[in-house]
Amino acid sequence: MRRFLPFVIVGAVAILTLGSAVALYRAKRPPVLTMSGDRAAAGKEGNESIHVRGRADAPVTLEEFGDFQCPPCGALAGPIKQLEKDYDPRLRVIFHHFPLITHQHAREAACAAEAAGLQNHFWEMHDLLYREQSVWSKAADVRTLFNSYAGMLGLNVDRFKKDIDSDKAKERVTADQKHGAALGVQNTPTIFLNNRALDPTDLNPGNLRAAVEAAVKAKPPS
Amino acid sequence: MIGSRARSIFYTIAALISLAGLADATYLTVQFLTGETALCGGSPDCFKVLGSAYAHMGRIPVAGFGAIAYFSAFSFATFTAFGYARARRLFVWIVWAMFLVTLWFLFVQAFLLHAFCRYCLFSAAIVFLLTGLVVASPASE
Repeated sequence: MRRFLPFVIVGAVAILTLGSAVALYRAKRPPVLTMSGDRAAAGKEGNESIHVRGRADAPVTLEEFGDFQCPPCGALAGPIKQLEKDYDPRLRVIFHHFPLITHQHAREAACAAEAAGLQNHFWEMHDLLYREQSVWSKAADVRTLFNSYAGMLGLNVDRFKKDIDSDKAKERVTADQKHGAALGVQNTPTIFLNNRALDPTDLNPGNLRAAVEAAVKAKPPS
Repeated sequence: MIGSRARSIFYTIAALISLAGLADATYLTVQFLTGETALCGGSPDCFKVLGSAYAHMGRIPVAGFGAIAYFSAFSFATFTAFGYARARRLFVWIVWAMFLVTLWFLFVQAFLLHAFCRYCLFSAAIVFLLTGLVVASPASE
């Protein structure tokens, strides 16, 4: 009996490991999120901001819930912008704020983007915040940096300083966050392509491009 | 000469340590497969390391290879503890191989990615422990 015991132990551990891995995988696998038509960005009302890049009648819509301090969001910002250029006019991109509580300056950055948006420079600030993410994320005084970014973009800095603390900017960020939570968004980036969330394993430049390519091909020009 | 009881205890400890590594590597493999390493939820350093090109080979996470290596180490240690003399040599080989791979990944984290992932550091600690056991183990059988 003792001779066979190591085989039994090793076999039991193999089965236990595989079983635990499968159980963990099922528990951690995020649910597939979808957006019904009435919840899509185009139909939003109230305090929610709508930040759209691309043609309103584009057949493919990429909708991102992002956090300016989130490294994976930062890593995807450049590739998404490139996709916009490559698939223009067939792709439009919508951005929603979803600042995570774990990121110290994320909410303030979202308000900075909204303050820039009040001067019609949301996307410029969006791009700049992602590009400079590694700088301001670690800064003790982010406000000074955000003010300097506003200056770099040619904004009225005094107005920007007021707007970043305004109720309007805060309400827009909060409304976006509520919108995301209602859809089941938990992490960032969460990206919807034509109202269906992409699998987290597809959130890399290569797979994202392939998904957009497939969506564009699935909707030929009318 | 090492007594069979002492050898049994020695390799049982090695097997238990390997089990801890197996749990760690399995968890990281599942994290990769669910896409969790591609999302913000963990620390920025976690994404830098586990979301980097060094963390996978195609669609296969390197943690998966780690899990196989730890399972092999566990199996060889278990067989050695039960008196299978040939298993000891295989255990020593795989632990040295894991040690070299661990050195490479520590280099990658420290000098190429400039970020450390705590699960990877835990795994490195396990491998160092196993290597210490291999070095300390009496050669005579």
